[in-house]
Formats: sequence, structure tokens, C-alpha cells
Amino acid sequence: MSTTSASASAPAAGFDPVPVRRSPLARFTKRATRHPGFMAGAVLLAVILVLSIGAPLFTAHDPYAQDISRRLIPPVWHDKGSWEHWLGTDKLGRDYFARLLYGGRISLMIGAATVLLSGIIGTALGVAAGFFGGRVDMVIGYIINVRLALPVVLVALAVAALVGTSLNTVIVVLGLLLWDRFAVVARSTTQQIAHADFVGAARAIGCSTRLIVFSEVLPNILNPLIVVATLEMAHAILLEAALSFLGLGVQPPLPSWGLMISEGKQYMFFSPWVITIPGVALVALVLGINLLGDGLRDVTAPDNRS
Amino acid sequence: MTVPVLELDNVTKIYPVPQGMFKPRAMLTAVGGVSLTVARGEVHALVGESGSGKSTLAKMLLGLTKPTAGEIRIDGVPIAQTDRREVARRIQPVFQDPYSSLNPRKSVADLIALPLVAHGIGTSASRQKKVAEMLDAVGLPRRMIDAYPGQMSGGQRQRVAIARALVMQPDVLICDEPTSALDVSVQAQILNLLMDLKREFKLTYFFISHNLAVVEHLADRVAVMYLGRIVEERGREALFTQASHPYSRALLDCVLTPDPSLGMPDTVIAGSFPNPIAPPPGCAFHPRCPRATDRCHAEAPGSLPVADGVAACHYAS
Repeated sequence: MSTTSASASAPAAGFDPVPVRRSPLARFTKRATRHPGFMAGAVLLAVILVLSIGAPLFTAHDPYAQDISRRLIPPVWHDKGSWEHWLGTDKLGRDYFARLLYGGRISLMIGAATVLLSGIIGTALGVAAGFFGGRVDMVIGYIINVRLALPVVLVALAVAALVGTSLNTVIVVLGLLLWDRFAVVARSTTQQIAHADFVGAARAIGCSTRLIVFSEVLPNILNPLIVVATLEMAHAILLEAALSFLGLGVQPPLPSWGLMISEGKQYMFFSPWVITIPGVALVALVLGINLLGDGLRDVTAPDNRS
Repeated sequence: MTVPVLELDNVTKIYPVPQGMFKPRAMLTAVGGVSLTVARGEVHALVGESGSGKSTLAKMLLGLTKPTAGEIRIDGVPIAQTDRREVARRIQPVFQDPYSSLNPRKSVADLIALPLVAHGIGTSASRQKKVAEMLDAVGLPRRMIDAYPGQMSGGQRQRVAIARALVMQPDVLICDEPTSALDVSVQAQILNLLMDLKREFKLTYFFISHNLAVVEHLADRVAVMYLGRIVEERGREALFTQASHPYSRALLDCVLTPDPSLGMPDTVIAGSFPNPIAPPPGCAFHPRCPRATDRCHAEAPGSLPVADGVAACHYAS
């Protein structure tokens, strides 16, 4: 504290002490709090995260406990609703709020794990192709084309039919299928960066190829990759919902938002809330992720730093 | 006699140029048989118009591309036999455009400390101290240690680039037109800084430029390059008072004078820069030379000794 104020007021450079640098985290928070979209997304996502992870704190009901005598109770804003099950119950009499909270865990986990897996695969391939070019680029370009020729849902359905369905299968299959956008974006941005003067400068300075890739190339392609990551996370969550809806994703009685929509589809004309409640939750999650990703891109952009 | 810090022996760089699918590749001689010696502590300037091979030569000196033929020696040791990192400890670059030669994602501290990180020198605390010292040396306030290139002016960025080049305490600085991307008012500051640093750190400069006024201001020796070859290599005094090669003389005549009543200088060079894929026979300069004779069409001149240097012209003396 005293060091920084002293360096700011000292007139001669020679008498400056070595200044205390503000931590990268402090600089990041300062910029982030000024971005409304980023804050809206962060709050939305934080609420969903806290509610899902802390699910037992927010509901006393067991998401698996069935009670056939109390099935399809409407939410509290209906005439027949009650505060005991304030979002109602499903066709087996399970508390809908509890299932929503525990189902959020599944969606978040699938989104995060899939993006982690596909992000690592896609970025590694894309950066290698863009940085080394030539034959490496040709081989990886071929792999990307092969992947793009595969329809995701069809392959996921085929794998699910072959090895059976489970949460892990869904994550691995989606992770191994959704890396194409990472690879394409990483490749084209790396190609631009690899010819920049500062990469040549780093080489002349004596940096190893590893250091150039990790400290010169990767930080400069991070922005578009963050946007891709948020898009793909939303994509993965929706795909899981679609697979569960088709009966080939997460298996009952595990709660998942896609599965809840699927199970509720036969009741949607008389009890529409069984579809709208998980549907609204899904929209809120995807919106939160996209807002956060958009904001993160703006906040970390070098030209916005001041 | 002491060993020169930098020695170029017949250095040649030839790029194959694809001519289309069914034609054989053409050969572009970017640098053709350049021999130079740079003594320790001197400022050796290299001038020439765009496309004459100056930057290709700089790239080879920095080890970014390998010469097709010939040898570059540092203190008598060939670069080809030296580890790239070892070369980097001895020779550091200052690039032309400080807007693209600095990683926009890194703070000043990270930029200047990069060579130390790359060579695994020091702890993060000692690097921090070193960075602060370098900021003082290049005349940047220490509070800029956290700034990003996007927040700095061109002159400040070039100071950061110079600090980064000096942090390893190299022997030779390759300056590839270090001031041509800057405002005129800032150019003088950067040049004066370079000269101050040369004294302070006992540096040798290999200074590439197309600005003859700058070269006259700071060079000890000057090499003039045309179409990949050195056409004249002289001490500064000798070149600026009695240039022997018609091309050097034409370049000197092109310099604008501060006196507006003299009008635009009269250029003696006719025609345009020849195609480097198919250079003219004989002396490469003869199509544009006011004094060309039949001998120039037929026979390429060798290096002829002139006062304080050499010139590649049949009629140098």
C-alpha cells in the first residue's frame, strides 16, 4: 500500500522502489464487475450452481422417493397446489423441486466434463495443425473432416445401443464428438498468430517451441476458445437432454432435465408444468453460460484493458 | 588483430518460388554471397531499398532461417555449430514494428522477463528486480511495469522491445529498421537512447535502415546492398564524402535536404528494381546505371579496394 503510493509520487525514476504488482486476479475482478452481461451470466450460473450442489440444503424431499397417492400435484400457484410440494410432483409422486435440483447436478457435470475433454482434444489438434502446418496440418485437417462427416446424435445413439447407457458413456461419447469447433477455431487463430512478429521475436530470443506455444500462442487464441467452450457446454447439455429424451442418455430413476421433459411429454396437455419447469431451468442454464462466455471474452480482451 | 564479433562469409539465401503446377520452381536469390565483418563495439549499418535482402540477412543472423550457402561466425565460431539458445544469448533483435513485435497479452514485466524465463535464469524475484533495472536503463517509469502494450505509445513500446533485447546482456543487437515505424519526433529519442545504451552496455550494433540521415548520424561503417549483394562497404566518412559505386551515389543524392529552395532531388537512377528471379546479366545494376558500358553488360564486377573499404564496380576507382 505504502509502496505503491510512494512510487506514484516519486518524481525521479531512479529513486523508485520496485513496485508491488497488482495480482492478475485483482485486475480481472475490477474489469469483470463493470460488465453487465458478464455479471448477469455469472449470477444466473452461480444461483444454479449453488442450488444444485447444495441441493440437500434447499429441499427436505428425496428425489427418488415415490408416493403413488400424491402423483401429479400441480405447483403452488395452481388452485390445487400446496407448499409441501411447491413445484408439484411427477407421475410417480416424486417431489419436482428436489428432482430439479438434483437433475441440475447431472446437467452441469455433463456440460463441464464434456467441454474439458473435447476442449483439450480440439485445442491440441488445432494448435498443432496451425503452428506446424505442412503435413501435420494435412493429417489433422483430414481428421477434422472425418469428424465433421459424423452426425453426432446418430453416433451417440449407436454407441449407446452398443455399449449400453450410463452417465459416463454420455460424457465420453459427447467429449469425443464435440471437439471439432475447438479444433477449427484453434487452427485458424493459431495460423494468424504463428506468423506474427512477436512469435519470431520469441524464437530469436531463444524460447523453446513449447514455451512459444504455451506463452505466446495459447494466450492469444484463448478468447475465441472461451466463446467456443461456452457454446459447446450449452450444446452438450442440450444434447444430453435430447439423448435422455430419446431414452438413450441418463437412465431413470437418475434425475436429469432432459429425462424429466421426456417423462413428462405424455402429460403435457393436462399438466404442462411437468415440461415447462425443467424446460425453463434448461433455458436459464444455457443463457447463463452464454452470457458468461460473451462477457469473459470482453473482459479478457487485451484492447479493453485500461 | 582481434577476432571480429560477427563475420559473414559468402552468405547466400536462395528461395524456391513455385511458378505454377507444371513449371519447374524458379530460384530467387534473396541474398547472394554477402561477406562482411563487424568489429566489436562498432555500429555497422546496412542500407538498401525495399526488396534488396536486408531483412533476409537479419533473419539469418538471428538464426530464424538457415543460409543456403556460406557461413556466419560469432567470435569465430560458426552459428550452424552453435545451439540456437546460445546464439540468442549473444545476439538479440530489435524489430521494426513495436506494434506487432510485442505479445499484446503480456504485461511489460512479462515481456522484458521473457528471455530470462526462456533461458531459465534467476528466480521470479530476481527477474522482477532485473526488469525494474532495465526499465530505468531505457528511460521508462517503473510504474509501467504492469502496463500492456495496448496502453503504450509507439516510442514506449520500442523502449520495451529494447529493454527485452538487453536484459540478457548480449554482445550484438540486430536493429531491423528500429525507428521506421515511429513518429519523427520519437525517432530521435530512440536513436539517442540506442547510442547511450551502446556506451553503457558496450554493445555492437548491426543496424539495418533505409534512412541515410539516420545512418550518417550513428554508423561507423556502412554497407550498401543492391539485389542481394553488397555493392559498397565503406567507413562512414568515406561513403558520405566520396561514394564510389554509382548506386551509393544515387542513394545519397536522393536524400531530402532541409532547405526547401533546393526543390526535389534529381534522381539519377532510371527504371525500376529488377526482377530478382531473373537478375540482369553482368553487373546487376547496369540497366539503371548512368555510367554503364558494354563491359558492365557482360562481366559481373568483383570487389575492388577503394579508400577505407571495397566497392563492386568496374569503374570504382
